[in-house]
Amino acid sequence: MATTFEAVAEIISETSDIPLEEITPEKNAFTDLGIDSLDFLDIAFAIDKNFGIKIPLEKWTEELNENKADVDEYFILSKLCTRIDELIAAKDA
Amino acid sequence: MLLEYFQMIDAVEDLDPDNGKIIARADVPMESTVFEGHFPGSPLVPGVLLIETMAQASGFMLLARMKFEKMPFLANVTSAKMRTFVEPGEVLLVEAELDHDGSGFATTKARISRDGKKICDSKLMFRIMPFPNDTLKNNMLDRYSQINQSSTG
Repeated sequence: MATTFEAVAEIISETSDIPLEEITPEKNAFTDLGIDSLDFLDIAFAIDKNFGIKIPLEKWTEELNENKADVDEYFILSKLCTRIDELIAAKDA
Repeated sequence: MLLEYFQMIDAVEDLDPDNGKIIARADVPMESTVFEGHFPGSPLVPGVLLIETMAQASGFMLLARMKFEKMPFLANVTSAKMRTFVEPGEVLLVEAELDHDGSGFATTKARISRDGKKICDSKLMFRIMPFPNDTLKNNMLDRYSQINQSSTG
């Protein structure tokens, strides 16, 4: 069974046409991989579907816009995967 | 349909916002300046306007679902198939259903048929955003009240 990171990397690669080997846990989806907000909607959609969760993009965007959070907190892939795992755990609880 | 004004939906016939479903009607006009160019001597509703029609049906469903608190903007035509031509004077059935209710976005599956025959279908994604101003919000509310013939929503 693929890890959360492997599944997310596969989704990003397919959605954004980025070679899988370039997608590593320390990369930021936006600043390092060059994914834009529209592409990230496709990624969020695929992640939601794949894991049966709802990534709280609106809340994250709001926090970023209000400078209450840094973009790295949500969009460095290792951190994104941690948050996905938390959402999966909350769903299963 | 008033093609020039992008008023594609003439009536909402059935609406179930909670379950994310809508059935609407679109009456293709006999005459439109659009037909002068598309195409001379052989008027057809452009495929992009059929996509817009499916997007608007999806949009009214999403607006009703969100109680007009936010506005869905078409962000991605994930797929669209045009299966047959649409000519002036035709009456179209436009159906859309919610596929995924995401955070800040939604996806729908929509289709248009005529007399039970499938004309086109699409998968669409919408970015859900605040209304940019009250003018748009009030316009959407007015338009919705004009076309809504369903018993719900």
